[in-house]
Amino acid sequence: MTITFPHMGRMYIPVKALFDDLGVKVVVPPPVSKETLEIGTRLAPEMACLPMKINLGNYIQSMEKGADTIVLTGSCGPCRFGYYGVVEKEILKDNGYDADVVILDAPGREPQVLLNRIRKISGNSSWLKIARAFLQASKVVEQVDEFIDILLKKRPRELNKGETDRVQSKFEKEVLICKGSGETLEFIEEYKEKAAQIPERPGVQPLHIGIVGEIYTLIEPYVNLNIENKLGHLGAEVHRGITVTDWVKTHLSLDMIYKRERKKKLKKAENYLSLCIGGHAWETIAETVHYADMGLDGIIQVLPFGCMPEIVAESIIPTISRDKGVPAMTLTVDELTGEAGYMTRLEAFVDLLSQKKGRVYERS
Amino acid sequence: MNGLEVYLGLDVGSVSVNLVLLDEKYNVLEKFYLRTQGRPIEVVKEGMEMMYRSMPAGCIIAGVGATGSGRELAGAMVDADVVKNEITAHGMAVLQSIPGAQTILEIGGQDSKIILLRNGVVSDFAMNTVCAAGTGSFLDRQAARLGIPIQEFGALALKSTSPVRIAGRCAVFAESDMIHKQQMGCSLEDIIKGLCEALVRNYLNNVGKGKEILPDIVFQGGVAANEGIKRSFEDALGQRVIVPEHYDVMGAIGAAILAHKKIRQGYTTRFRGFDSIHSDFTARSFSCSGCANLCEVVELSSAGSVKARWGDRCGKWSSSAARENHADILA
Repeated sequence: MTITFPHMGRMYIPVKALFDDLGVKVVVPPPVSKETLEIGTRLAPEMACLPMKINLGNYIQSMEKGADTIVLTGSCGPCRFGYYGVVEKEILKDNGYDADVVILDAPGREPQVLLNRIRKISGNSSWLKIARAFLQASKVVEQVDEFIDILLKKRPRELNKGETDRVQSKFEKEVLICKGSGETLEFIEEYKEKAAQIPERPGVQPLHIGIVGEIYTLIEPYVNLNIENKLGHLGAEVHRGITVTDWVKTHLSLDMIYKRERKKKLKKAENYLSLCIGGHAWETIAETVHYADMGLDGIIQVLPFGCMPEIVAESIIPTISRDKGVPAMTLTVDELTGEAGYMTRLEAFVDLLSQKKGRVYERS
Repeated sequence: MNGLEVYLGLDVGSVSVNLVLLDEKYNVLEKFYLRTQGRPIEVVKEGMEMMYRSMPAGCIIAGVGATGSGRELAGAMVDADVVKNEITAHGMAVLQSIPGAQTILEIGGQDSKIILLRNGVVSDFAMNTVCAAGTGSFLDRQAARLGIPIQEFGALALKSTSPVRIAGRCAVFAESDMIHKQQMGCSLEDIIKGLCEALVRNYLNNVGKGKEILPDIVFQGGVAANEGIKRSFEDALGQRVIVPEHYDVMGAIGAAILAHKKIRQGYTTRFRGFDSIHSDFTARSFSCSGCANLCEVVELSSAGSVKARWGDRCGKWSSSAARENHADILA
């Protein structure tokens, strides 16, 4: 059994550590690229959302490297994502790919089904070992997010242009060499240190931009055309509340304090949206209100083309923007998104915020 | 001898290449509107040549700005001081020349945008996302198909007495709907007017969706030459729409103003005279094999040395010129 899984930002780091710890062979899919997307676009229905196309591309590329078992999470339908697993399984079968697809979704009436699946992909490790591996992996998740957070703060402030990016790309290249959670955690620690030492220009007051929207699009840099780095280069510090850490803590952990905090945050949306309407729309609205209240300079929503919940959120955001006086912009991405137009919008938005803040361009 | 300090702005778009020369009070001394015709390098050279020959005597170029979808190319060719996106440039041009303007409707060759101005700054904007129906190139095409010069298109629309309704959601459907109405025997004027109304409807429902359109409303970009579209905007909005004198080169004006602002902050221009434009510019593109993205990198060289590169996702190839420009003007 050689396991693989779909990409979602830096999720591959904890997942690889998890299977390493369990002693199960794992193939990390090659980084998402044009080729990944081309494979996925060929296999997926044209109307499927972008994340699914990329998932399929990941599987095929991993299978070329020897993977035979695909693990992914499912759920009972927050949006179309809930059916990804089953649909992807059928698509692979129809196209003659012979892979075992194991879907981890919340147990309904028979928790034993889920337990059996976990046991299976764990190479029949003992429950104690499995529990320990999951615990360690969640630590890796948190550490990776903390590392990324440091980079987000450093990028607009860096003294030497491109240094933050260099640290990041070196990290992403080398982290795959680590074996198991122990080594991985040490490696991240070392890089957090390196990132913290990137020299800053004195007295920089960057703009603060919050990014909100559909979780996959926000987390996977290939899909959002690396919005975090682009905004960083334009001199903005990016805030992103939707992280893998957040997802793990909400859905997989027993951290009650975190869950209570999260509920409080969602409550902030109540004047605009007070229930889950699928996907991450509720979170998008709550995060938007939260960032506006925090006094951020601007908010950008990113969604994959055709994402129903986010389309609803998109129509609510202008009202929040007006009520709170914070500029907001929505960007829709799919496999046809042109980078030039995307960059023009980001640049213009950053100009708008800096004009509003600093009034650099006074009427003369 | 100290000459008159002037500022040059270039707007390299998909359909036209525009050049303007401004004095320090932002008066337009000279302007050129040239068709891009898919050869931006040659047309920029041509435009610079024309500018050089018609420039008033004693002028000194004190700063240069570039904008439009070809801004990187133009910026690298003429050593521009500022390379800026079209939205900021258009906004700037109106802020400086039309006090009281709160909304800009801009329709160019292949894109259309709306820019809201409040309290002297750009406060919101949107660009067309999915479709180019209603932009200049579509109108061009329809005029050619109907066999009338694009210059007369608008005037014909004004003669219409009962415009027909054309489906304007999509350029392809609009075209087949127009053909259908022609076959039915509707008059040319009514069809053209119907098309204008459809395009305006599409613009307001798509680009202008959810935006608060307050007066004064300025309509600019190449399509603003079209009287018919202007009238349809006025009918739909129930307000007067202003078409500025230099509606066709507002982007270039904005770029020149931005260059002036930067120079005023204490920078010296990178522009090294008109001679350098005569050098042989060659652009080539290659696909980078550094990773699986296989980015198409464009490289512009002159006289055997590389001037600029762009098009890569990771920044490995691109010259830092454009980015530095940005950081500087915000500083």
